[in-house]
Amino acid sequence: MSRFLPWLLVVLLASVPFWMTDYYVLHIMITTCIFIIAAMSLNLLLGYTGQLSLGHVAFFGIGAYTSALLSLGFQVNVFNVPFGVTPKPVWFAMLMAVIVAGFTGWAIGKLAFRVRGAYFVIVSISFAEVVRMVAVNWVELTQGPMALNNIPALTLGTGEFELSFLRKPSFYSLALAVAVISYIIIARIVNSRAGRAMNALRENESLAMSVGIDVTRYLVIATIVSAAMAGMAGALYTHYIRIVDPDVFLFIYTVTMVIMVITGGKGTLAGPIVGGVIFGFVPEALRAMAIKPEIQWIIYGVLMILIVYFLPRGIVPAIERFWAGQKPGDDEAARSVPGALQK
Amino acid sequence: MLELRDLVCRYGKVTAVKGLSLKVERGQLVALIGTNGAGKTTTLKAISGLLPPSGGSIWFDGVDITRASARKILSLGIAQCPEGRHVFPYMTVTENLEMGCYLRTDKQEIAADFERMFEQFPRLAERRLQPAGTLSGGEQQMLAIARALMSRPKLMLFDEPSLGLAPNFVERTFDIITNIRANGTTVLMVEQNALAALEMCDHAYLLESGSLALSGSGAELIDNPHVRSAYLAG
Repeated sequence: MSRFLPWLLVVLLASVPFWMTDYYVLHIMITTCIFIIAAMSLNLLLGYTGQLSLGHVAFFGIGAYTSALLSLGFQVNVFNVPFGVTPKPVWFAMLMAVIVAGFTGWAIGKLAFRVRGAYFVIVSISFAEVVRMVAVNWVELTQGPMALNNIPALTLGTGEFELSFLRKPSFYSLALAVAVISYIIIARIVNSRAGRAMNALRENESLAMSVGIDVTRYLVIATIVSAAMAGMAGALYTHYIRIVDPDVFLFIYTVTMVIMVITGGKGTLAGPIVGGVIFGFVPEALRAMAIKPEIQWIIYGVLMILIVYFLPRGIVPAIERFWAGQKPGDDEAARSVPGALQK
Repeated sequence: MLELRDLVCRYGKVTAVKGLSLKVERGQLVALIGTNGAGKTTTLKAISGLLPPSGGSIWFDGVDITRASARKILSLGIAQCPEGRHVFPYMTVTENLEMGCYLRTDKQEIAADFERMFEQFPRLAERRLQPAGTLSGGEQQMLAIARALMSRPKLMLFDEPSLGLAPNFVERTFDIITNIRANGTTVLMVEQNALAALEMCDHAYLLESGSLALSGSGAELIDNPHVRSAYLAG
């Protein structure tokens, strides 16, 4: 039954475009879905390896820009050498977005995991800021704050068999499919040998090394997968909104992802989804209730504080505990860990 | 089996081990004793690959492992039971043991080893589904030892196995170590409890501020006047 339940949920979600006629609701579901993909990718790093990347939006933005630029084509001069790319098919641009973001993740991982903890956080923030500054200032390539416009929507096949993802119902199906695939990829990793290795290095890095785990290797793998997935989310965003400007690199988006992961429950598969649904829908639901904007944000903030205060490990672990008949927040393991182990 | 030649280890500008040479023969139980800061733990870290040495060389079964990775060293057959009862606190007892045989692929043999560990450590069997962080200090030490044994080491390194344990567990731990040696695994043990270590070992090395001060059989060191006055309190 419990194996069957998630698929039932997927089928239910997949049926939404057939009966939901309100495009506004669909729009919220699409953006929430894209955010959930990004949050899931962050969770792989933050939840499973314990590395807090506060520059995660960089990978999202790199994916968005890569896909936009390749599908639009561009012409730049690098040190007076002209370099141009003709417009490429959107599916190819999206694929390249995933690869470029993944490659960036590899480079950052190699660089940043020489330093851990607080230093990694700083490196990741700086990286996202640098990428944002490039997007703002390299006007020749990115149009800077004027933004890249008229980004084509994804179409697959030709003629009679053409499948267009321009309209909301079809795009919703695409986003949902990507989210489901992302979830499966993460579940596979987490339940594999690599997943156990990541778990071990999060709990006790030096001990993980002494049982033979190549710690750096698994950190880099996690970063590549995580960055590639965030890049995919960015590519989806680009071809949905069809306009991209340097604001995609704003710090607030990273914060939103972190909030989704932490409130939902980091290090759990369902956590980012639950967190994403709550913080994707709550602002919209408040707006729909015609509450004043300033009150909306106060409610949003209070909700967040309440969750973190009463369910410090997140909503999903709290529910699991409740099911197992324990009080939420009752964390025997954490309390009796010897002081030396709590870093 | 294991040989250190002029091992030098530095933490930044501080030299913790200054040209240490020692040998561990197959089947022996060798003790490394000395005060805090003598360089005992550093030596073990260098052997297990957690701290790259700055000079000298380390040989295991004729292979130079001076610059080998921790993973490589473990796969050659050196396992470490680190200081301070290190376990993975949120993993269950069983999962901790699984991490111990992370590099092994022989599933049936692993299953047999699990049975053997649970037989040898009944307390762990009772608590196999409990998070390791909820075990008592002594039980965590048992788990750390069992986890190291799961890699089927030829040489076991123990770092301060008795540190911070209740008296009855101290004795228990030393019994286990004697047993491990009796079953054919060579043991190199770092221990502050000098008397206990000297009584149970075949050979002992005394470290003083990073250098070798004395070596000999356990009995010889116990009878040595310097050791008696400085380490055995008369």
